[in-house]
Amino acid sequence: MSIREDHNRFRNIIKGRVKQDLRKFVSNGEMIGKRENEFVKIPLPSIDIPTFRYGPKQQGGVGQGQGEAGEGTGDGSGQGQAGDNTGEHLMEVELSVSELADILGEKLELPMIKPKGAQSIEAIKTKFTGLKTVGPDALRQTKQTYKSALRRALIAGNYDVEDPNIIPIRRDYRYRSFKKIPQPQTRAVVIYMMDVSGSMGDEQKEIVRIESFWINAWLRKHYKGLETRFIIHDAAAKEVDENTFFRTSESGGTLISSAYKLCQEIIEKDYPPHEWNIYPFHFSDGDNWSHEDTKICVDLLKNFFLNYVNVFSYGQVDSRYGSGQFLKDLQREFPIDDRLTLSRIENRDKILDSIKDFLGQGK
Amino acid sequence: MADLTPELEKERVKICKVAKEQGLDFFETVFEMVTYDQISQFAAYGGFPVRYPHWKFGMEYEHLSKSYEYGLSKIYEMVINTDPCYAYLMIGNSHMDQKLVMAHVYGHCDFFKNNFWFSKTNRKMMDQMANHATRVRRYMDLYGNDTVENFIDVCLSVENLIDRYGMYTDQQKTFIRTESKDIQKPHTPEELGLLKVNKSYMRDYINPPDFIESQKKKLQDKILEKRNKFPEEPVKDVLNFLIHYAPLEEWQQDLLSMIRDESCYFSPQGMTKTMNEGWASYWHSKIMTEKILNDSEIIDFADHHSGTMAIQPGGYNPYKIGIELFRDIEERWNKGQFGREWDECDDVNARKNWDLKSGKGKEKIFEVRARYNDVNFIDEFLSEDFCVRNKFFVYKFNQKTNRFEIDTRDFKAIKAKLLFHMTNFGQPIIRVENANYENKGELLLQHLYEGVDMQPDFMSQTLQNVFKLWNRPVHLATVMEEAPQIFSYDGKEFTTKKVVV
Repeated sequence: MSIREDHNRFRNIIKGRVKQDLRKFVSNGEMIGKRENEFVKIPLPSIDIPTFRYGPKQQGGVGQGQGEAGEGTGDGSGQGQAGDNTGEHLMEVELSVSELADILGEKLELPMIKPKGAQSIEAIKTKFTGLKTVGPDALRQTKQTYKSALRRALIAGNYDVEDPNIIPIRRDYRYRSFKKIPQPQTRAVVIYMMDVSGSMGDEQKEIVRIESFWINAWLRKHYKGLETRFIIHDAAAKEVDENTFFRTSESGGTLISSAYKLCQEIIEKDYPPHEWNIYPFHFSDGDNWSHEDTKICVDLLKNFFLNYVNVFSYGQVDSRYGSGQFLKDLQREFPIDDRLTLSRIENRDKILDSIKDFLGQGK
Repeated sequence: MADLTPELEKERVKICKVAKEQGLDFFETVFEMVTYDQISQFAAYGGFPVRYPHWKFGMEYEHLSKSYEYGLSKIYEMVINTDPCYAYLMIGNSHMDQKLVMAHVYGHCDFFKNNFWFSKTNRKMMDQMANHATRVRRYMDLYGNDTVENFIDVCLSVENLIDRYGMYTDQQKTFIRTESKDIQKPHTPEELGLLKVNKSYMRDYINPPDFIESQKKKLQDKILEKRNKFPEEPVKDVLNFLIHYAPLEEWQQDLLSMIRDESCYFSPQGMTKTMNEGWASYWHSKIMTEKILNDSEIIDFADHHSGTMAIQPGGYNPYKIGIELFRDIEERWNKGQFGREWDECDDVNARKNWDLKSGKGKEKIFEVRARYNDVNFIDEFLSEDFCVRNKFFVYKFNQKTNRFEIDTRDFKAIKAKLLFHMTNFGQPIIRVENANYENKGELLLQHLYEGVDMQPDFMSQTLQNVFKLWNRPVHLATVMEEAPQIFSYDGKEFTTKKVVV
């Protein structure tokens, strides 16, 4: 079919292989768009051929529904225009976050995660599975017992409709039976650390937010009851809740080691490494206060983190003020080490690539 | 592709019969069963099996097939305005869905055949499109894929600059000069605008020689100005103008005119989107609920139908507005709620219980479907009662809160906004003002400003593409941030000039 030709051509343009000048019109759709009610938009790259048109924010439009003047219209991107498509008949379905994680996994070709400790810890779970004829009286099922008594009476022809008198005997008794199911337990904790010093702007934090949302979605798919912890740091580190994590803006110097130390404390206190899958993620703009501090971080990584965690991930968001030195230092210290993942996130469009860096190893 | 299954064919015959009994009148309609991949392909090609090669179809295909695979959207049907009509049903839809879609399709086909705005469309477009595809491929062989594709990109950038309402007048616009513009020729006193003189001895006092001289000068200037201006009258069909007058190679000219033909073919579908979908929905609902559905299917039908009619907050659903308006018209004409007496009646109670038992509803909706397009459909039949009943509002963007907000529920504002969006598809109206701007053969386009600015980045990109066609500096007069301006591109750089009014 000739559509294949056109499709390949389009893919090549999107990937920037041909026609570089068109690439500036590539829009990536929305990464996560609106997250309310679990409804999420998925990215489909497209190229807008320029035409004379009105700016979308200038126009406004006509909608239908409840609400007073001044209230938001919800989605807001209502279509006021008539398209010139032939009678197409489209319907929209909502996507849940876990379905999205699947799509993400497919799109980025992420390997399934192999949890560690799967064999080492087992929890026994008992589950009622059926009925049996022997058991403790406490588990006797009256209803089932009388049913089998009735069945026996019917077969034997003792059942009298006028005088229904059913007396269960020993072999009618039914008891609930249970099974012991050994369950391999996988427990995982993600510890997010973010640099909130003056040089991290709103855009950088937004990138961290989007990225950690996706990482969370993917890990959550693999671990039931994933725990998350959040640490922010400038010159000192503290643990915060999720909300604060994404909103705070502090100012001041940056001591990355402060966060690493706190992270180490948390792990030692709450998450014994042989029972837990531990995923520390650290995001910063790569500025550190001093060379000595970087040295401390490297030591911590060498002596503690890399021995105990599944993988330690460091994401460096480009910012106007950051020097980006930290990434270079780490690259120098750990040239090849698959327990440490490094990723540079230049801008919003690189988030997907970066997620692939982090999760692409299946560890 | 496959023919209908025997069960569906049986249903089709039944639905077709019911549709004809109801008065629908359509071309023969050929149904084909296709897979989701095929329907995505057809939809990407605008319904046609063969189109010229271009990446934009690949993009459309990716969007459609991806969103189907992710379960985001689903195309139930496609129907093409040709004679015979072709309609595609997707394999794997439920039996009830297929019946509904067939009823819906007959509604569309009736509309295509009988609506005035479709009267000029080429009903053999399928052949024409295939023909275009062959020609483009031949040009690609001759001049190289990239050269031709790049040129198509440029053409698509201006494909919307056609005169959507002008195609219905029979006179073919020619740009040939009509009157002679000789400045040497002696002018009559009327042309010069001299005052009338009855008494000959008064002549030199009423029209002194220097006054005559100055009038003459003025007239000559005017003629000169007009002589340098071409076309004399502004031209709305910018695309057609470019085809005739831009310095293009023959293959480029041919390509541009293909793009224009296809653009003109799709134009009436955009002009009647609300009516067309409303009409088809009206009929699928009527035919299905009155004649076709069996008891076990009613819930599925209701589910599907309400999904199609659903309105999202802030969204405009042409299916919903269309069907409601047609039903409203039918009810009003059945009850005689029209004409002078109705318009002049102010008594709320009397209006509410107004029923003259005129029974003209059906006749009226058939008349409406034959003569109207979305603009005058909304203009004439959207009533205040209807707006209140359907909870319409106007929304606009609030800079402070950075979101879209409900602005007003005022009837006039709603109607004005809807009509604005529908006229020319809610796209700016651009025309050729002067192709000899400043007497240098430069092209001046004029945007008929209606209070909304164009998007600046797209505007400058499009202007660059116009330059690629015209090959001389191009200018666009518009209003930006409340100031009239002329944007110019000379092949190297952009300049902006404020226009002093």
